[in-house]
Amino acid sequence: MTNYLKPAAILLLLLTLVTGVIYPALVTALAQLFFTEQANGSLVKDEQGQPIGSALIGQSFSDPKYFWGRPSATAPYAYNAAASSGSNLGPTNPALADAVAARIQVLKKADPANKAPVPVDLVTASGSGLDPHISLAAADYQLKRIAKIRKMDEAKLRELVNASTEGRQWSVFGEPRVNVLKLNLALDQAGL
Amino acid sequence: MTAQGLLQIAIYIVVLLALVKPLGAYMARIYQDQPAGLENRLYRLCGIDARQEMSWVQYALALLVFNLLGLLAVYALQRWQDVLPLNPQGLPAVSPDSAFNTAASFTSNTNWQGYGGETTMSYLTQMLGLTVQNFLSAASGMAVLVALIRGFTRRNSESIGNFWVDMTRSTLYILLPLSFVLALVLVSQGVVQTFKSYQMVTMQEAVSYQQPKQNAAGKAVTDAAGKPVTETVKTQQQTLALGPAASQIAIKELGTNGGGFFNVNSAHPFENPTPLSNFLEMLAILLIPAALCYTFGVIVGDTRQGWAILAAMTLVFVALVFVAVPAEQAGNPALATLGADQTASSQQAGGNMEGKETRFGIVNSALWAVATTAASNGSVNSMHDSFTPIGGMVPMWLMQLGEVIFGGVGSGLYGMIVFAIVAVFIAGLMIGRTPEYLGKKIEAYEMKMAAVIILIPPLMVLGGTAMALMLDAGKASIFNLGAHGFSEVLYAFSSAGNNNGSAFGGLSANVPFYNLMLGLAMLFSRYWLIVPVLAIAGSLAAKKSVPAGAGTLPTHTPLFVVLLIVTVVMVGALTFVPALALGPIVEQLQMTGHH
Repeated sequence: MTNYLKPAAILLLLLTLVTGVIYPALVTALAQLFFTEQANGSLVKDEQGQPIGSALIGQSFSDPKYFWGRPSATAPYAYNAAASSGSNLGPTNPALADAVAARIQVLKKADPANKAPVPVDLVTASGSGLDPHISLAAADYQLKRIAKIRKMDEAKLRELVNASTEGRQWSVFGEPRVNVLKLNLALDQAGL
Repeated sequence: MTAQGLLQIAIYIVVLLALVKPLGAYMARIYQDQPAGLENRLYRLCGIDARQEMSWVQYALALLVFNLLGLLAVYALQRWQDVLPLNPQGLPAVSPDSAFNTAASFTSNTNWQGYGGETTMSYLTQMLGLTVQNFLSAASGMAVLVALIRGFTRRNSESIGNFWVDMTRSTLYILLPLSFVLALVLVSQGVVQTFKSYQMVTMQEAVSYQQPKQNAAGKAVTDAAGKPVTETVKTQQQTLALGPAASQIAIKELGTNGGGFFNVNSAHPFENPTPLSNFLEMLAILLIPAALCYTFGVIVGDTRQGWAILAAMTLVFVALVFVAVPAEQAGNPALATLGADQTASSQQAGGNMEGKETRFGIVNSALWAVATTAASNGSVNSMHDSFTPIGGMVPMWLMQLGEVIFGGVGSGLYGMIVFAIVAVFIAGLMIGRTPEYLGKKIEAYEMKMAAVIILIPPLMVLGGTAMALMLDAGKASIFNLGAHGFSEVLYAFSSAGNNNGSAFGGLSANVPFYNLMLGLAMLFSRYWLIVPVLAIAGSLAAKKSVPAGAGTLPTHTPLFVVLLIVTVVMVGALTFVPALALGPIVEQLQMTGHH
């Protein structure tokens, strides 16, 4: 046994040095040098340079004048980026149906004129609880409500939505989507 | 399924298969070359003679001692992280049962996570403990595979190689360079990599929430009935968890580890920010297990043998992708009746979006779920607990097949080679000949060891599930009720008992009962398989090689591919269909029958 203990201990120590110290330190150094913004959380800043969010992390919006994002299951409040979490509700759990029914009701109440079926991503909790995006359909569903509240031309609003839309990456990968935080910041900036 | 979805699946499989030959050939060279230069000095520092060959017993002892020390190191780091440096959030020491579970999990290449990364582990623990074991547990699996392959290539030999050399070369020349490149590409996409503390930002809208009220002494205030009193708190601050994530995520995928930096693993936008990062991480999951098939072919001197095994793996994989993706795309009938629109269109992914991210949609979430459980990776980019019953059964069954459809780096292929041995044995029984595989006679000793290897994981899975469901401590952790609750427990033991690491996350697994039970299941199914695999390697190496004769079953033909698939699937089906019937199958019937 001791024949193995010494080489095992020293080898573990040396490989820890290589894979646990040198490797992450080198990646950090290069990341900070070449991809400073991404490596530090892709922060969004206001005119004063104060961080007001991350382009990759969603925020909670409940005011009807803003586009709402995906429901979030993080605790103790939605979009808690210090403790990511999904709902883990199973498909046949009555609590899931109840939660979705309640969300649909809130959406209908905010815009009683809208009789369209509700896009599923707008009423189901995301995996991370931090999803920054909604589908194009989910943005479209909310467009009339926001145009009305902000007394804004729908075509103009659609332009803003398009400007915050990300297509499939390289035209192939993933799903087309709208970044909710970017869109809402653009709305406020448009001063309407 | 949409055309866009089909295209993404096709690109994934084509790119994966295109990389098999170049990477496989490179790895074969690494394992056949003699150590030189700096590497030799490293061995001398450790007092290792790189040219000294080991018997299978010595090889197993070296591996066990090395892994045991790794386990103790991860345990110690967690227990003392509160007094160690690089802990900007001031996170406390991890509890003994959770620390044991995590240490067992990361050394056994399972990477089951009972804890949430950003709320539990200091940067130091993530780097020195978890990242290191991500490398070394993967390299240990690769070493065992190489030793088994040598069993086939050697004749009348008492040794199967040198564990220290095989493990070190796997780490330094295969895992490290690939991880380094992948980590930097991931950072370019937005994966965080910093030692700074968590970032505070001011949100656009304030949120209010309830929290337990505390008095001046920091004790929870209770009302007359003894219930805790809550108070409403309003905040506009969002705390963004950061850390050296990219360097760990790269090896998490490449080493089929799967342990995430953050709680929700690769669903977290800082761990997997874009569709491209998703594609690359998903590719990294299957890359080395697939390429090792070619390495195997090169070393045994007949690449057709490697392609045959890869074909069997790929066929099962593709078939199950086309079960899981449509199941998730079909969505949840309960939500349809409420008025939610689940149809796929150019405007939305549709389908069962609970627990899934918008940027990945249905196809990339379900494809990931199949890939991560085909390989014993276990990282997730969506919450498997919220999958439809059939969509969730596919990952569960892939684990139960013994993690041999690609499987873990090294461990997947050595598991599949054991199934190949069983397949030639069955064929031998049918035609009345002594079975042989790659020129070696398969005899009683090999078959006994193969039986142990195939039977241990189901014992852990079914025995563990049964025990958990009989005890209050096991039932108390279940989150979803009914058939789905059963699935949560079955999934947990399937994952631990096959060293996968993914979870139906609703189960509160960070309790002493599950930390202990699952920790032991992970250790038993890792090391009680490795030792008999090495025993087979030793036994084969000692045999002479018999030339193929008229009665030899060729093992590179489509017939053999089918035979191998049937063996794997039959064992998996016969063992687990009764259990699956109680969980996902009954739930599927409830879900569709009810609406």
